[in-house]
Amino acid sequence: MKYDIIVVGGGHAGCEAALVSARLDNKTLLITGNIKNIADCPCNPSVGGSAKGIVVREIDALGGEMGINADKSLIQIKKLNTRKGPAVWSLRSQIDKVDYSQNMIETLNKENNLEIKETLVEHLIVENNTVKGVITREKEQIEAKAVILTTGTYLNSNILVGSTKKQEGPHGEETELNLSKDLKNLGFTIQRLKTGTPPRIKRDTIDFSKTKVEKGSDVHLQFSFYEKSPFDIEKQEDCYLIYTTPKTHKIIYDNLTKSAMYGGYVEGVGPRYCPSIEDKLVKFKDKERHQLFLEPESRHYDSIYIQGFSSSMPIDVQDKMVHSLPGLENCEIQKYAYAIEYDAIDPTQLKRSLETKVIENLFTAGQINGTSGYEEAACQGLMAAINANQKLKNKEPLVLGRDEAYIGVLIDDLVTKGTLDPYRLLTSRAEYRLLLRDDNADLRLTEHGREVGLVKDKQYKVFTDKKRKIEELLKKLEQTITPTKKTNEILEKSGIKPILDKISLHDLLKKPDVTVEKLDYFLNNKYEKEVREEVEIMIKYEGYIKKQIEDAEKQKEYEKIKLSEDIDYNNVPNLALEAREKLNKIKPTSIGQAMRISGVNPSDISILTIYLRSKHE
Amino acid sequence: MNDTICAISTTLGVGAISIVRVSGKEAIEKVNNITNIDLTKKKSHTISYAYIKDNNEIIDEVLISIMKAPKTFTTEDTVEINCHGGIATTEKVLELLLKQGIRLAETGEFTKRAFLNGRIDLTEAEAVNDLINTKTDKARKIVINNLKGTTSNKIRKLRERLVKIINNIEVNIDYPEYQDIEEMTVEKIKEEIGSIEEELESIITNSENSKIITNGINIAIIGRPNVGKSSILNKLIEEDKAIVTNIPGTTRDIVEASFNLNGITLNLIDTAGIRETEDIVEQIGVKKSKEALEKADLVLLILNNNEKLTKEDKELLEISKNKKRIIVVNKTDLEKKLDIKDENIVYTNTIEEKGIEELLDKISELYKLEQLETNDFYYVSTIEQLNKIKSTRNNIKDIKAGLKENISIDMLEIDLREIWQTLGEVIGETYTEELLDNLFKNFCVGK
Repeated sequence: MKYDIIVVGGGHAGCEAALVSARLDNKTLLITGNIKNIADCPCNPSVGGSAKGIVVREIDALGGEMGINADKSLIQIKKLNTRKGPAVWSLRSQIDKVDYSQNMIETLNKENNLEIKETLVEHLIVENNTVKGVITREKEQIEAKAVILTTGTYLNSNILVGSTKKQEGPHGEETELNLSKDLKNLGFTIQRLKTGTPPRIKRDTIDFSKTKVEKGSDVHLQFSFYEKSPFDIEKQEDCYLIYTTPKTHKIIYDNLTKSAMYGGYVEGVGPRYCPSIEDKLVKFKDKERHQLFLEPESRHYDSIYIQGFSSSMPIDVQDKMVHSLPGLENCEIQKYAYAIEYDAIDPTQLKRSLETKVIENLFTAGQINGTSGYEEAACQGLMAAINANQKLKNKEPLVLGRDEAYIGVLIDDLVTKGTLDPYRLLTSRAEYRLLLRDDNADLRLTEHGREVGLVKDKQYKVFTDKKRKIEELLKKLEQTITPTKKTNEILEKSGIKPILDKISLHDLLKKPDVTVEKLDYFLNNKYEKEVREEVEIMIKYEGYIKKQIEDAEKQKEYEKIKLSEDIDYNNVPNLALEAREKLNKIKPTSIGQAMRISGVNPSDISILTIYLRSKHE
Repeated sequence: MNDTICAISTTLGVGAISIVRVSGKEAIEKVNNITNIDLTKKKSHTISYAYIKDNNEIIDEVLISIMKAPKTFTTEDTVEINCHGGIATTEKVLELLLKQGIRLAETGEFTKRAFLNGRIDLTEAEAVNDLINTKTDKARKIVINNLKGTTSNKIRKLRERLVKIINNIEVNIDYPEYQDIEEMTVEKIKEEIGSIEEELESIITNSENSKIITNGINIAIIGRPNVGKSSILNKLIEEDKAIVTNIPGTTRDIVEASFNLNGITLNLIDTAGIRETEDIVEQIGVKKSKEALEKADLVLLILNNNEKLTKEDKELLEISKNKKRIIVVNKTDLEKKLDIKDENIVYTNTIEEKGIEELLDKISELYKLEQLETNDFYYVSTIEQLNKIKSTRNNIKDIKAGLKENISIDMLEIDLREIWQTLGEVIGETYTEELLDNLFKNFCVGK
């Protein structure tokens, strides 16, 4: 049996990868350990969040599935940071874990070019440093032109609860031991990472009167730019806020050495951005209490996720910890918290296309690349498959810029800087975040999606319509109004202060209390919310946006100075030792990328520039 | 690796000793080839007495300092030859080294190597340049202050403060659901940005003053013939015992004489042979004065107390009105016929030697020379660095405007980040090519 592309792993990265591959007419095989666990959410029942929500919108704009699938599976949705500027608005949703998984399986099943197989992959078939296929646990050889590894936490994983350590993946599933050895033998640097998840408790054993209700949005929100979400916001479920108590803290301190983390049972490095409750207490000793959220996991079963309470304590201590929380004194624990450690590769061994530098036609995405989070995984799966397809069709890879998408920031960070702990996307990682907004993800990326063949006519039409209307509205706003009695009457009726001088509608819109809607009279047309919002942001934040575009252009000059892969940095005189090692390892493609490598200092860059110049002469 | 370079590092033509500096891997070995002793056996950071020889001919009797890497200015092996035989022999020594295959250093190359090898940061590199160009004690003190990296440290601390605010804002954005994380508020930003602005403004003022301190103040004495210009010039010079003449450097051609005032060099600009005789001076008209004016930071306009304002006086008053100016009313021993008002007037009488002290006080007052504190003096010394720091004024202005207009904090952060970035460029911690290129172009160390 021969395929074009094999995707190993059915998580968030794997699903996106398999769909992209199949949709771009590649004969595709998705291999997963357990079909029931496809698109599983083993940690929080949530999609989106700060920066991550924007990534979901970017995936949607490029023609990926996560946004649509989340929209189909919503329990609650809200927009974060609305009190702050539009650059940091981001959607966060609670999704129904069961629905999410089932909806994704349904979508996968609809694809003609896609087959799904339930097994584990033990080995890669590699000839002349090029991947040729995989060998399954049953010793079946399956050939393919390209392979995408999206193994998640299932690579040589251990589940840790207190001092007990089990060699298995989440849900007690079998872990894959041979593949990571294979990768090591092929020349990959394997690193050990760790993550964790909090306890789940039974909903009707919670006393909600002791909690604070956290509601969802009161207006319709959705991730997808073009596929109407079926969700009725009237049917949202609540989340609940509680705090840890002094009693909780005492229990944790008293039993600290019993935890897998502090007892020394964990080798992997945990995520700095998602610490366990033990970590939070140890690192922030002065803090009297910590926030926890109670989040429903699914309408199909009676389970509540305690966000912020991940732990690797033994279960008897976890019992005490959970019961020390307000409202949870008598609750029933359905599933205990655990830490999980797993193997990942060093992402600096990847090209910006997510193809590995070690083995040709082998791509990796998601946790195997050292990231954490469903959204981070999904966008990599999408990009890896887009670029596997480009490669097989002899086309240039799609590499998104740091000023173009959070996805671009994420991949550039990974391949340039590597990561020592599971990498989570943050708005602070993006230097041009005012350009990378939630509202304009479609304007930034739909053309790219169209070009690689993922964006179908329906989506493209929604995009071009919006774009056209934005241009039309911007044009209309160029008109000038004069302070006649009539004009001022109209303005005042809309709640706008009368004008004293001639002013363009564009400039009028810059004033804080003016919106496009209030200017309806002058525009002879009603515009959709998306169009109005886009134009308002473009105009109100014009100065800031311009500044960031200029900065990005400046940086692009450095990106244009290309560095050949053949440069042996040992032959560049005067480079600092650390810079020499890093440059040889990462092989940046441009001076711009070299500048972002930690350990490569400005003086190294100037030496490198001088070297390039002298070589030209 | 770096090749070995050499250059005469003392100013040519001045002083009894000139130093030839050699830096690079082969420095010791190559210098050893032209001496009568075995330098390779000498310990690091020692001085040895030796002859420099061309085959068997003794060229000069010298002292040779051996400094081995990495504890040297360039972090490379460095040899310094102290020559005693005047310029001709020093040049001969250099020639011998070049014959050994050592390359003549480019302008600023020693300092460039020190910078590239991580020995000094950008502000320090600039400071070395300054140190070489300083003339007075006060100037040396502040330059050394800078050389120790205190300005870089100051800027580094400002950047740390900015990073704290930026991080706080970002945590608020990335973890909005955590209501128990301290919220960076408009008030806090206002307070911090005010204090950061103050510090930046003080660096700007200091940097502008440091120009005065390192370069001195150029003074032009103008006036009609026979008002006493040359007498006043002579008195000014006599006031100060340490007369500096013939200052090397760019101002050499136009400076008639220099003297110190509160540790600052005052350069009297030659108004075409003003000291020669009063007769010649009589031929100097407004045209010459104009030329002198262009080169001057400060103008001393001399008027005669004993005469009413003439047409020529009025003309001189007119052409100097936009300059920093002191009107010196001379010949107060004679009957007062002059009627003039100005905020900066000093009355002198060179016959009875009156008013010269007052004139010096006035100069001091105009430039606030006594207040120039040199201990806590943070400054940057190139126009590029200064302009960069000045450019943060726009960011601060934008932040303040934003604060007023209730622009959300994450927007203000864009400007905060830019200030952080700009300050990084000033101390060389963020890379920009222009800064480096300009820096090394403007260097005049080592040669």
